[in-house]
Amino acid sequence: MSLDVSLQTDPGVLSDDPVMEARRQIEICNACRYCEGYCSVFPAITREKVFADGDITQLANLCHNCRGCYYACQYTAPHEFDLNLPRALASARAESWERLAWPGGIAKVFQARGEAVAAALVAGFAVMFALIAALPGEGEGFYAWLSHGAMVAIFTPAFLLPLAAIGVSLRAYWREVGGTRLTLADWREALDAAGRMKNLSGGQAGGCNYEKGERYSLARRHAHQAVFWGFLLCFASTSAGTVLHYVFDAKAPYGFFSLPKLLGVPGGILLTVGCAGLLMLRKQADPELGTPGRASGERAFVWLLGFVGLSGLVLYAVRGTGLTGPLLALHLGAVLTFFLLAPYSKMAHGFYRLAALLREAQDKRVRNG
Amino acid sequence: MTDAKTLSAETWDVVVVGGGNAGLCAAIEAAETGARVVILEGAPKVYRGGNSRHTRNFRCMHHGPLGPLIDTYDEEEFWQDLLRVTKGETDESLARHVIRQSAECLPWMEAHGVRFQKSLSGTLSLDRTNAFFLGGGKALVNAYYLTAQDLGVTVAYEATVKHVGIDAAKATHLEVDLAGETVTVKGRAFVLASGGFQSDLDWLARAWGPAAKNFLIRGTPYNRGLVLKDMLDHGAETVGDPTQCHAVAIDGRAPKYDGGIVTRLDCVPFSIVVNKDGDRFYDEGEDVWPKRYAIWGRLVAAQPDQVAYSIIDSRSIDLFMPSVYPPVTADTIPGLAQQLGLPGPKLQQTIEAFNAACRPGTFHPQELDGVATEGITPPKTNWARPIAEPPFYAYELRPGVTFTYLGLKVDLKARTTGPQGQYDNIWSAGEMMAGSILGQGYLAGFGMTIGTVFGRIAGQEAAAHVA
Repeated sequence: MSLDVSLQTDPGVLSDDPVMEARRQIEICNACRYCEGYCSVFPAITREKVFADGDITQLANLCHNCRGCYYACQYTAPHEFDLNLPRALASARAESWERLAWPGGIAKVFQARGEAVAAALVAGFAVMFALIAALPGEGEGFYAWLSHGAMVAIFTPAFLLPLAAIGVSLRAYWREVGGTRLTLADWREALDAAGRMKNLSGGQAGGCNYEKGERYSLARRHAHQAVFWGFLLCFASTSAGTVLHYVFDAKAPYGFFSLPKLLGVPGGILLTVGCAGLLMLRKQADPELGTPGRASGERAFVWLLGFVGLSGLVLYAVRGTGLTGPLLALHLGAVLTFFLLAPYSKMAHGFYRLAALLREAQDKRVRNG
Repeated sequence: MTDAKTLSAETWDVVVVGGGNAGLCAAIEAAETGARVVILEGAPKVYRGGNSRHTRNFRCMHHGPLGPLIDTYDEEEFWQDLLRVTKGETDESLARHVIRQSAECLPWMEAHGVRFQKSLSGTLSLDRTNAFFLGGGKALVNAYYLTAQDLGVTVAYEATVKHVGIDAAKATHLEVDLAGETVTVKGRAFVLASGGFQSDLDWLARAWGPAAKNFLIRGTPYNRGLVLKDMLDHGAETVGDPTQCHAVAIDGRAPKYDGGIVTRLDCVPFSIVVNKDGDRFYDEGEDVWPKRYAIWGRLVAAQPDQVAYSIIDSRSIDLFMPSVYPPVTADTIPGLAQQLGLPGPKLQQTIEAFNAACRPGTFHPQELDGVATEGITPPKTNWARPIAEPPFYAYELRPGVTFTYLGLKVDLKARTTGPQGQYDNIWSAGEMMAGSILGQGYLAGFGMTIGTVFGRIAGQEAAAHVA
């Protein structure tokens, strides 16, 4: 089979287009290959000789921004090849999320002015909840403030519609990267890589390069694991509550030794501590290796997620006091903001990342046998 | 940033000249004994590490699996490999010393921050003999600088050593240009590890004539051989052919310096290679590329303007590792010639003659297939398949210099020798003395082995001298 060399770029000609620039850098990496042991991106690169746009999208989403390759690279500026693969892939990645987001346009606004958007939404929804709460209540605990029926009426669509939007985007992603039918083995490998955050391990390095520059560290992987598993515990807690409510007719409020609390309290703590950790590490890391122009959106997402965790914990701590009402409004406002922004905020990265890991597992299986 | 005042304020126990692999190993060994150590690195921080930053592995003797290495690679096999590439231009006692010491270097490297990975794709043939650094040589250099920093070693960047002050057989100080300011650095022991002279084109031109100006330098522009030259002026004993350098054929569009690994080009065996007059000049299919790329550096260097063009057709474009530069592409031979600036009719004639000399046979890109030409000079003895299926592709070739062979003569303790016998307190390590062991040819990963073994020895000896 002949090779479409017209896809190749000149390594010395930098591009402002994120996909073209990522392609230029990936081609240099493919001719070098010194970084193969850091993560999944480099072995995936070596399976190709030229890179179509879909290949770039896939590689960009497979990159976890561990930055090992940057500090190891002999071609970083001032070398004329000016390599900064973490940044190039982060750019192409952000570009792909914004392009694939449905409906389009919203993601761009959030990424550029994330903190303002998130703060305005949390405040707005909190006021809305406070107003709704002013209506006469009908139940115990939180339901004395906001009826169960009202919560379901608001949060069911607020949860399902964004999920549907993400589904539309993921379908487009899968088509773009050339994904086919998945096997159980693909799922097993991808979930294992995601669950252990394998691509932030640095391979034999035993850590990634973030807050300590060229020194390897596990701090970011640990903080991210706290957020990831904390989030899943909180989600499991809510799901447990839903099941208790509808299946077992056991209504909130629940005591500490109940499934929702036993999952939710540690989850909230992990989420809060993890987000605080990520924000602190982020301050020490070199912004030049991250996504250009998206710092606001990325920070806002971590703040928002941490705030959901923290306000949930505080809400539990102040139960039965007069603070419950205002805090409930704030917490629900934050949760609603988080849900509605999910397809357009950094939250989307989790879904794309999993899709990229699935595609990587699949491609590896198909090509390497 | 280490300033002139810090450098000149004290008499250092050990002064290390050159902050590449060998210098770093020496500095770490010396600092671990408690010595006050300074590294004078000629490059700015971003380009520190000399040619070590372009390396990727370390050749290592071992009995049974060791780190990333499989099976066994014993002293005798290692020695025979070295003997073959150097054609005897080596010092057996020094060479065997390096080979024996290499085994214990690997765990030492790991203990000092170096991380390994399994051999890279496309390098399976090396997974028994060469341990690959995770992230390559720059990651290794970074790890050693961090280790040195943790041990309290002082590092001065942009510190160019201009002169070694020697009184009888004893070095006393160095004259250093520190980012434009002249500083005297005093020390009790000196380790010289500042590489060869391959980036000084004028020096190369003295051996090679004006052709050297057209050579590309694959590695750092900072290896200008200033300290080596100064030691020659002192009358220090040397080894290695002063005129020779290791050069390979690389993509002619590569940067003048520091192009490193990505400028390699693996298409020659599947191509015909012509010079700027459109003439073939050597058997492109003599052997597999890993065994021939080194001689092609010299072959291209001997052609007019030190340039050549490797030409293939569409059937061969997918047979080799991708070059980082896109090929020049055309649907006709005259079209290709025009883009390359070659005489079109002549190129057409050369290719027609070649095609007519090709004989039927079964083409096997991965092995010597014996598919050869008949009746043309020079012949092509393998993979001779007509250049006939458009589109046609061409890559420009130029000589890329890797390193020079001239170095300081050392003994088993890395000690150098002057006109009046051994110097009291000057040791040398790395490329600067590698010519003692690798007097000709090249053995993948062996430069790093020499640098690590002799860097460590030089550091230990220098520290013992001042203890």
